[in-house]
Amino acid sequence: MSLPIGWYLTLAAVLFGIGAFGLLTRRSALIMFMCIELMLNAVNLTFVTFSRAFSDIGGQAAVFFVMVVAAAEVTVGLGIVVSVFRRRQSTSVDELSELKG
Amino acid sequence: MIASSFAIPDVVTFVVAAALVIFGAIGVITVKNPVHSAISLIGTLIGVAIAFIEQDAQFLAAVQVIVYAGAIVVLFLFVIMFLGVDRREDVSMEPLVHQRSWAAATVALTVASVIALMAKSHWATGAHRVTGNPGSGNTNVAHIGTTIFTTYLYAFEITAGLLIIAVVGAVVLARRSNQIAEENA
Repeated sequence: MSLPIGWYLTLAAVLFGIGAFGLLTRRSALIMFMCIELMLNAVNLTFVTFSRAFSDIGGQAAVFFVMVVAAAEVTVGLGIVVSVFRRRQSTSVDELSELKG
Repeated sequence: MIASSFAIPDVVTFVVAAALVIFGAIGVITVKNPVHSAISLIGTLIGVAIAFIEQDAQFLAAVQVIVYAGAIVVLFLFVIMFLGVDRREDVSMEPLVHQRSWAAATVALTVASVIALMAKSHWATGAHRVTGNPGSGNTNVAHIGTTIFTTYLYAFEITAGLLIIAVVGAVVLARRSNQIAEENA
């Protein structure tokens, strides 16, 4: 309650960075989805921190909607992963290169 | 030195939450087995939930544990087990030359810039809201419920449509290959 918001914002920035690094370097589609979840959580933490800093509940409402969208995104994304896996027996995104010019 | 200027329980809670978040996140991106990555993800999500509670967002902390750590991670684990991809991935291979160092440099530069910019502008600038203090009067749950069903009512109704579309889309994606298989057979 009394901790400065800078601590939380720094933690969120580092969490976002770790998620972005994982998204750039891992090749399994499942792990990449988990990294997207990490980045979404970092943004949620930032929203809640600013909500506290400005005494505005709107930030927490935004986090609520981000969670709904994340749930929908995971549902569709994992459906796509299952669909791709049935055809190629692999979840590696490096093998999805038909559109490569 | 840091602990002397703030309440010690707050600092201890923050350090525990931060450690859970950081080590969980590092676990997600470094562990080879996808199942272990999902378990590490739970650690990160619980850590974020602790940070939510520390900042008077009790409702979101509960939703975080139930929806994220409960439903979404279980969905991940279900798909991992269902596909049988829980074998180890060779994380040392680099398809692009120096891919990892470039990614690390870019991410580090971006994060450092963001933190520097925020610190330079005293972390947050803007007007404080005079009404609607999340921690005053009503409980957090009543407060966020009132806000969602008044100010954000249209957005809330649209999320209902979004969830229906997502469910229908997932069903269609999962069914299509069955129909193709039947046509081919």
